[in-house]
Amino acid sequence: MAEERIDVKKTYKMYIGGDFPRSESGRTYKALDSDGNLLANACQGSRKDFRDAVKIARGAFGGWSSRSAYNRGQILYRIAEMLEDRRDQFMKELGPIGFKTAEAEADINAAIDRCIYYAGWTDKYQQVFGSINPVASSHFNFSMLEPTGVVAAFAPEKSPLLGLVSVIAPIIAGGNTCVVLASEKYPLPAISFAEVLNSSDVPGGVVNILTGFREELAEHFSTHMDVNAMCYTDNLPQEMKKLIDENASLNVKRIVKHPVEDWYDEEVQSPYFVTDFQETKTTWHPVGF
Amino acid sequence: MSNTETKEAAYKPTSPNSKLDFASVWEYAPAPQDSKFAEVKDQYDLFIGGKFVKPSKGRYFKSTNPATEEVITEFAEATQKDVDKAVKSARKAFEGEWSRISAKERGKYLFRIARMLQERAREFAVLESMDGGKPIRESRDVDIPLVAAYFFYYAGWADKLEYAFPGKKPEPYGVCGQIIPWNFPLLMLAWKIAPALAAGNTVVLKPAETTSLTALKFAELVKDCGLPDGVINIVTGAGQTGSEIVNHKDIDKVAFTGSTNVGKIIQKSLAGTDKKYTLELGGKGAMLIFEDAPIDQAVEGIINAIYFNQGHVCCAGSRLLVQEGVADKVIQKLKDRLETLIVGDPLDKNTDVGAINSKEQFETVNKYLEIGVNEGAEVYQANCDVPENGYFIRPTLFTNVSQSNRVVQEEIFGPVLTVQTFRTADEGIEKANNTPYGLANGVWTDKGSKIFKVGSQMRSGVIWANTYNKFDPTSPFGGYKESGVGREGGMHGLAAYIKN
Repeated sequence: MAEERIDVKKTYKMYIGGDFPRSESGRTYKALDSDGNLLANACQGSRKDFRDAVKIARGAFGGWSSRSAYNRGQILYRIAEMLEDRRDQFMKELGPIGFKTAEAEADINAAIDRCIYYAGWTDKYQQVFGSINPVASSHFNFSMLEPTGVVAAFAPEKSPLLGLVSVIAPIIAGGNTCVVLASEKYPLPAISFAEVLNSSDVPGGVVNILTGFREELAEHFSTHMDVNAMCYTDNLPQEMKKLIDENASLNVKRIVKHPVEDWYDEEVQSPYFVTDFQETKTTWHPVGF
Repeated sequence: MSNTETKEAAYKPTSPNSKLDFASVWEYAPAPQDSKFAEVKDQYDLFIGGKFVKPSKGRYFKSTNPATEEVITEFAEATQKDVDKAVKSARKAFEGEWSRISAKERGKYLFRIARMLQERAREFAVLESMDGGKPIRESRDVDIPLVAAYFFYYAGWADKLEYAFPGKKPEPYGVCGQIIPWNFPLLMLAWKIAPALAAGNTVVLKPAETTSLTALKFAELVKDCGLPDGVINIVTGAGQTGSEIVNHKDIDKVAFTGSTNVGKIIQKSLAGTDKKYTLELGGKGAMLIFEDAPIDQAVEGIINAIYFNQGHVCCAGSRLLVQEGVADKVIQKLKDRLETLIVGDPLDKNTDVGAINSKEQFETVNKYLEIGVNEGAEVYQANCDVPENGYFIRPTLFTNVSQSNRVVQEEIFGPVLTVQTFRTADEGIEKANNTPYGLANGVWTDKGSKIFKVGSQMRSGVIWANTYNKFDPTSPFGGYKESGVGREGGMHGLAAYIKN
């Protein structure tokens, strides 16, 4: 009689610079299913992990922001392809944390489509939101959008896949790099999504995903002097909101808040989510012989 | 070269091969701008709800002419009660008449303001120079014409907003609290009020305490234009008055232009609220001069970049980065050009550099001159005469500075230029980007492809290529990094006054 096979469980680590390291702190916390059973030990990311990730995101910024818009679009499309290919993996992950089969399917479908939506914007938002400005003097003057830089983000707590994808896609579509804190309670789909990113031609360091606690990391996310913008979509406790806002003033961080209840709503995909993480640069040049 | 030095008779003051020397060839006779026709009252009250009203605590503060140190007039100090009254009247106007009139009619009021400003342009220019110390040539040819242009530009947007925001239904915030600096008093007012009103908001604006005169003159003009009461409210005072505006519960949006330090304080004090804000803060603009640049044009550009408005310009080109091969030549030409600048009476039409805006700023700039010298920089100042009274500083160059020097890293906001060199474009760009600021940068080269490459790698909201310090209402302006949040001017500037 054949011996019963012992299945091989995945170790969930974080995603920094295209690698999957554990937290330097050595800490983990338990990721549970909806019945309270252990799914896996997730890394409890630390301040040091965040700082490492920001450094790497900054290093990746020059390369990613100077990719052509067409190329970024293709890479976002490639994420959608990889996600489609790994539907089963996400079905397996969303089920135990409370998604019914139809819900999980809808979530994955919407996440794939959202990548495609933003893939299509990469080479268009510049045309819609840039401008040529008819100045009165003898100059040629134009305004174009450039990415803000390194963005720190809290992914939505209750939408571990679709919400996460909906936050990351517009940030990177516009040429920014980011460090994202996954849903605290449901961190595992984020790490599986990191595997998707890792096999989608997204250069290492463009998207970095940490797992851990908002309460611990909010301060570090918002005080870091080399982070240009911070974004969250959940209705955070008033105290945490205030802390983030206050710390943002240390280096005039842009704070992007989008309260989102329903990630399926078409209204939560918009080119304005791309422009939220863009700076307008205006160039002048004299006109003459 | 030796010819021009030895043969005095053949000396041509403007020849590109000879040292610029106007002063020994001819003298400038005084060319004073008449200022008597510009009426200044002894005292100005607050402009709230369409009326001039006394401040609740009855306190006034004096305003001096920085070129003569003489008192010009006095302004009311708005305290918490006054600010509250102003916000209430702005709210009432927003919920009442201002929201009821059509966008088209709203625009017509702004057009009317623009036209009336043009009619009274010279008067405003004279007052601006008297109150703030800037040369009449600048207030007459730059500030006031631009003020009218900004109102005219945004007037036309009032009934076309939906074209600026595809896919959105543009709506105003409500009441905007606006705080402006002293370097371009009326122009900054226009940058704030014109787009806010075009988008359908009402405003409470506080001018800087050293330069409130033209804002109150503007309030008189607003009355003449018949604008509904409470749409524009102007409250005068210092930092405390500004803080009352920022922290008032019924303000929907705060717009601030000023120093990065104060901007951070404002951002912090808005923490945890739903108020929106835009910040136009400091800068430390770099100008990269490449070896293939048109050197004489570049030198003129540098002069305009740093000595325009006594260097009281947030986007001033206060750091010169010159490629090694042409460094000596550029520095020499710059020094020669410095000698030709006329520093003095702001109301003289020949004056190039006027008075430092206030005693406080005069001391700040002098402090930085000391810091620079203590840090080991070599200082060069124009050998010009400056008036005995008033706050004047000779145009200054610092050479032999390094990237970490305070005079290289910090905004001085005065006529002080630091000079560094670079070898490769990468080195130049890295130095340009190596400050916490990102407002404006310049690049000088004859090579088009280099302009685009360098321009795209410098992290700032404005790039002036082969030019500097140009402004236009259609052209968005604003900073990256610690130079601020949001844009003013152009279509992009409307976003600051539209709900998102």
